Amino acid sequence: MKPTGIYGVMAEFNTPDELVTAAHKAYAEGYRKMDAYSPFPIEALDEAIGIPKTILPWLVFFGGLFGGMAGYGLEYWTQVIHFPLIIGGKPLHSWPNFIPVWFETTVLGASLTAVIGMLGLNGLPLPYHPVFNIDRFLDHAQKDKFFLVIESKDPKFKLDSSKQFLSNLQAQGVWEVPN
Amino acid sequence: MASLLEQQNADPGVDDITQPGVSPPVIAPGYDFGQVTDKIGNVVLTKRTPWSWVIGFLIAFGIMNILMLAVGYLFIKGTGIWGINIPVGWGFAIINFVWWIGIGHAGTLISAILLLFKQSWRTSINRFAEAMTLFAVMCAGMFPLIHTGRPWLAAYWLLPYPNTMSLWPQFRSPLIWDVFAVSTYLTVSLLFWYTGLIPDVASLRDKAKNGFAKFFYGILSMGWRGSARHWHRYEYAYILLAGLSTPLVLSVHTVVSWDFAVSVIPGWHTTIFPPYFVAGAIYSGFAMVLTLAIPIREAYNMKDFITDRHLNNMAKVMLATGLIVGYGYMTEAFFGWFSANKYESFMILNRMTGPYAPTYWALIFCNIITPQFLWFKKVRSNVPILFIISLIVNVGMWLERFVIVITSLHRDFLPSSWGLYHPTVWDWATYVGTLGLFTTLLFLFIRVLPMISIFEVRALLPQSKVTVE
Repeated sequence: MKPTGIYGVMAEFNTPDELVTAAHKAYAEGYRKMDAYSPFPIEALDEAIGIPKTILPWLVFFGGLFGGMAGYGLEYWTQVIHFPLIIGGKPLHSWPNFIPVWFETTVLGASLTAVIGMLGLNGLPLPYHPVFNIDRFLDHAQKDKFFLVIESKDPKFKLDSSKQFLSNLQAQGVWEVPN
Repeated sequence: MASLLEQQNADPGVDDITQPGVSPPVIAPGYDFGQVTDKIGNVVLTKRTPWSWVIGFLIAFGIMNILMLAVGYLFIKGTGIWGINIPVGWGFAIINFVWWIGIGHAGTLISAILLLFKQSWRTSINRFAEAMTLFAVMCAGMFPLIHTGRPWLAAYWLLPYPNTMSLWPQFRSPLIWDVFAVSTYLTVSLLFWYTGLIPDVASLRDKAKNGFAKFFYGILSMGWRGSARHWHRYEYAYILLAGLSTPLVLSVHTVVSWDFAVSVIPGWHTTIFPPYFVAGAIYSGFAMVLTLAIPIREAYNMKDFITDRHLNNMAKVMLATGLIVGYGYMTEAFFGWFSANKYESFMILNRMTGPYAPTYWALIFCNIITPQFLWFKKVRSNVPILFIISLIVNVGMWLERFVIVITSLHRDFLPSSWGLYHPTVWDWATYVGTLGLFTTLLFLFIRVLPMISIFEVRALLPQSKVTVE
């Protein structure tokens, strides 16, 4: 698909406080499809722009469950079913000895899910994103400035009025973000 | 310029654990977000590589080549070039493995456990401590890989893969638990480290002028753009990883200690081993973090981020874990007598008075006597002395593993099977070579990746706090 139109409007702020205040106001104004950008995590933004709680912890739980079952299954299948060998007079299914490997594969499954799940839910890796079209964003978003973007897919989005709305929030600058 | 008081207010609940009231801030005052980014990022993005880096790297690289030689010769001749024989069949390979893996533990403790305890001072040391963990585990991994001398014949009993003999690893053996524990530990440490790096390499990507650097950091950052929706999931992932790493790191050295404790050798077969090994691991790891942090902050002028308070806190952790280790030694000696078992009591007496007695007493000096100086604030705030203590503890923890492995093995149950162990030049070359590998990797890390977590330091600055509702 050829990129057309605009992605949204972006406003720049100097401090986390200004960004959070602006985000609150935009939310109160009825905007929902928006995103805030900051060079470090700001928890107050979760509530300000209405970020739903992520399902990541559940994914991690099931990742751990899967890892644990796979690990124990491997031990059981290899030691009891596929090639049963009696070692040291121990029963084939000597489950206390299977605990350490079961534990490690549980942690491995959960950790891999945490990282891959986080990246996947975030839609990363992503080689191109429209916000990088703004030079100020490129130079400062990962460094020392705070940005708020109202996206054009928001039903309330109207280029002129949304731009005007952001300008009224004491933004340092307001830009149209091309797609 | 932020005042000391503002700094204090800026991080409520994470005050220095031992000095209520006036404690120095974890970051020197007067920095803003941009300056933090520039100060840490410029070390990596500068065009001029410092001469001291080049010289240090070349030395480390040269030493690493000793490892290549030692391993190459090992592959040609086999383990006969080492000092091991019966009765001492486990020599330098296991000593160095345990030593290296123990060093790695401090990195995970700093990055995961101190995060869960909300110790904000961990922030400026966690990145290179985690790098240290990774590299130490890589060095540790060398030894199980090469210890048979014929690693290409030794895969089927280490890793469960379908092979032509239909044989599987022996899952009832601690040595297999160890394979799973260490490989999981390496993977999770790498994930943790990389996750922490993503926002920072995104900073470097946008800051870099050079096209190759932009590309390199662009690929590594995966297109991170600092979105609040991303941060939300990121923070969940990070704290979950910390929660998962915490039991993992305790399990790793526990499993390592089971390599010994599950056997029936006097000196190995004790229940004190798991906690005592874990404490020793953290002890030696913090010693290594200090050994690295002190020269790094000097060379790169990072004293504003790695402050004297960090060194002081690390020294305290070293003292605490050192005391646990000391308690472990006493328990071993006590049970040598209390067991009323002649093999056990002979073992401990032989440790103290036998042919390897000098290593035992050197170990007591390094690990129990030396850290007692850390009780004094004057010592903890004297950087050169702290550096020397950290080196002594590193040596001491190596000696501990030497004593555990060698003195327990060289006197078998029957005097007719007694023997002595002498490491050969190839044993030493392999060990010294891994030190070169470790330092080489560290030099490369410091040159291409931010050694301090930039985004976490930004979040520590007083101006990062949100005051509006």
